[in-house]
Amino acid sequence: MAKGDPGVTTRGRRAAPRSKQATRADGPELVQLLTPTGERIESATGPDGTEYRVDFTDEEYRGLYRDLVLVRKLDAEATALQRQGELGLWASLLGQEAAQVGSGRALRTQDMAFPTYREHGVLYCRGIDPIMPLGLFRGVDQGGWDPNEFKFNMYTIVIGAQTLHATGYAMGVHMDGKTGTEDGEAVIAYFGDGATSQGDVNEAFVWASVFNAPLVFFCQNNQYAISEPLERQTRVPLYQRARGFGFPGVRVDGNDVLASYAVTRHALDNARLGQGPSLIEAYTYRMGAHTTSDDPTRYRIASEVEAWQAKDPIARMKAFLTRQQIADESFFAEVDEQARAESVHLRERVLAMPDPAPVTLFDHVYPHGSPELDAQRAQFTAYLESFEGSAH
Amino acid sequence: MSRIKEFNLPDLGEGLTEGEILAWLVKVGDVIELNQPIVEVETAKAAVEIPAKWAGQVRSIFHPEGATVEVGTPIIAIDTEPGAGPVEEPAAATAIPAAAEAAPVEAAVAPGLTGGPAPGGRTAVLVGYGPRTTAAKRRPRKGAVPAQASAPIAAPAPVAAAPVAPVAPVAPVAPVAPVAPAANGRGGALVLAKPPVRKLAKDLGVDLAGLTGSGPLGSITREDVQRAAALAAAEPLTVTAPVTAGASFGADREQRIPVKGVRKLTAENMSRSAFTAPHVTEFLTVDVTRAMKALDRLRGRREWRDVRVSPLLLVAKAVLLAVKRHPMVNSTWAGDEIVVKDYVNLGIAAATERGLIVPNIKDAGRLTLRELADALTDLVQTAKTGKTTPADMSAGTLTITNVGVFGVDTGTPILPPGESAILAFGAVREMPWVHKGKVKPRQVTTLGLSFDHRIIDGELGSKFLRDIGDFLADPEAALLAWT
Repeated sequence: MAKGDPGVTTRGRRAAPRSKQATRADGPELVQLLTPTGERIESATGPDGTEYRVDFTDEEYRGLYRDLVLVRKLDAEATALQRQGELGLWASLLGQEAAQVGSGRALRTQDMAFPTYREHGVLYCRGIDPIMPLGLFRGVDQGGWDPNEFKFNMYTIVIGAQTLHATGYAMGVHMDGKTGTEDGEAVIAYFGDGATSQGDVNEAFVWASVFNAPLVFFCQNNQYAISEPLERQTRVPLYQRARGFGFPGVRVDGNDVLASYAVTRHALDNARLGQGPSLIEAYTYRMGAHTTSDDPTRYRIASEVEAWQAKDPIARMKAFLTRQQIADESFFAEVDEQARAESVHLRERVLAMPDPAPVTLFDHVYPHGSPELDAQRAQFTAYLESFEGSAH
Repeated sequence: MSRIKEFNLPDLGEGLTEGEILAWLVKVGDVIELNQPIVEVETAKAAVEIPAKWAGQVRSIFHPEGATVEVGTPIIAIDTEPGAGPVEEPAAATAIPAAAEAAPVEAAVAPGLTGGPAPGGRTAVLVGYGPRTTAAKRRPRKGAVPAQASAPIAAPAPVAAAPVAPVAPVAPVAPVAPVAPAANGRGGALVLAKPPVRKLAKDLGVDLAGLTGSGPLGSITREDVQRAAALAAAEPLTVTAPVTAGASFGADREQRIPVKGVRKLTAENMSRSAFTAPHVTEFLTVDVTRAMKALDRLRGRREWRDVRVSPLLLVAKAVLLAVKRHPMVNSTWAGDEIVVKDYVNLGIAAATERGLIVPNIKDAGRLTLRELADALTDLVQTAKTGKTTPADMSAGTLTITNVGVFGVDTGTPILPPGESAILAFGAVREMPWVHKGKVKPRQVTTLGLSFDHRIIDGELGSKFLRDIGDFLADPEAALLAWT
């Protein structure tokens, strides 16, 4: 799809082609504002002519860097905890920090997010205590945050299911008349490249499109659906699928936190103004395993991983901050120390998590209980009390 | 808390019960940091590094590399305050591994039963099915119910319990000794065994009532039945010829080697390939004297002085050139379509200490002869040192097996799954051969080509083999004619 293709409906501001265009190293129409070597690109044009740019203060640039480092460090600590037998499972986000922090920071307070089980970076940006998902993966709770308070739904393990939940929610937002102004509400649904093969996701595309839902479909294309490579999921670039459903799609460099921010912010604003859904394909790479139960060396080659290592989201941000003298060594050391301290703190709190009492199983099934559930609880309590030395 | 902390092998992947120690990355006495990688463990799902759970000094390592360890078993002890002077040896540190090593298969039940000394008083079971647990762990019920009657396995002292004495798999002792059924606390004709086990017992003529089960809740397992059958068969022998077998052979003069690792994978691949792809094998005997002379000339060249030049190199080149002339042989049967590949990932079967492996040279068709020689050398070195990665072995498209190194003439190789042709390269021998009308001593070898008849007909297979032979008979002429 060439720029200016007459068949494409454009809604964004159509900017005159600029001399400083995004490099096309990763294929056509990849929106990029920060190259892998840390070169800043002033603006980039999407496939529909929308011009993307960001204008951050030095403090905001440093803040994004801090987010990236902290999110990666906490994720690494969780992986280590799983290897040490303290978590049952962990889905690492290694390599996808920029896509998550960029999109997460683009959300406004009133916006609602629907994550998969890997959105630890978005969760962090929503202001949720990073310990929360660890309780879920340790098996001591069901994930402890309040989705309404933080506007961040529970992790969804079923692949793609959350896109339908998000669509329904966004339709509700629209019907409640909370769209159509600069201050309107928008919804974002996260999913992966593998999920695009699910019926749920395609149904969500149809519904969101037809009902003009204020929804951003944010697909982190990390190249693998567990072990299945992208070419076994699609014959066209994923972002182009949007066109068939009747809404715009854009591919962004998912390892570029600035471009991920710019593209998401634009799509959310369109949604909140009542202009309907859009699809963002954040082109990235899962540097680690699918989960701790997976061994990626069995299905992908080392040279591919190395090639993506050169596109690391944190390294390019660091190079940019250094070159522009926005940050110096003492800042980087301070961020590293903060990350270390927070990870140690996280570890201590995970190890101190109490095992829940068996009867708490019944606690959050219904908001106000039910007679049948109460009977089951009573029966189970009596059973537990039949043992000697029972505390129940 | 004790300053010496033992780290138990965790369930690394949702319901696994064991892992194999691939390599220790630390040794006794090393001072280690929190989260420093200490050991590589391979499970049924993945090979992973485990980071240290505590900083400190390594005090003991309980299992050697290559050992298969049950989840929940201690693998390493770390002194978390190495600067604080001497400590008394914790009892568990020596007792458990000793038992585990004496009987690698059965004894591991003991730590599994007790749940292991996990921190915080939790059992070592984390998720999934984990290590075995028994009813004996449950607290006794209140009231008048006699505790013994409700617990099928009487085991009041958890650690010492292990009602099944730890035994080596072939040692004919406790578990199969005929025991009155009443002794297992069930007091009647009720015997726990799954239907397939009952069928096996019937086939082997073993009376289930005479066995003590080693499975969950005292149920009789397949192994119990097989052991009993083996014992029954061995009994007359032990009377006449006591203890004559070698170290690894039991009284029945049979050795039982668990099928795992490379052997298991090889077996699965070979059975799958042999019974899905209809194999045809053709042979061709070739006078390779000219090729051998060409190799000598190559070795004599200055720029090839440090390169390992073997006959296999020319065979590989011959195969790659022949594939270009007949691309269809480099293909995969994919059910409703045939996938023909433009690249050749050339597999070389290698015998290593861990068994047969088939690493491949990626996109070998693009390499110059010199690059091919280097790639072959690399591949062999990597295989010999056991460093071949799964990625090295995946996505092969066509394979050569060099059986000649074992001194045999040829064979009928089985296709690696997903490939359509495999060439066996036999020994090069000096043989009487008719050369220019006279019988002369010539260097001769036999090539054996197996191919998948679903894709490759006899004509194509023959042409492909013939081309390889033509190249080896006269490489210079073939190069001039084909390239």
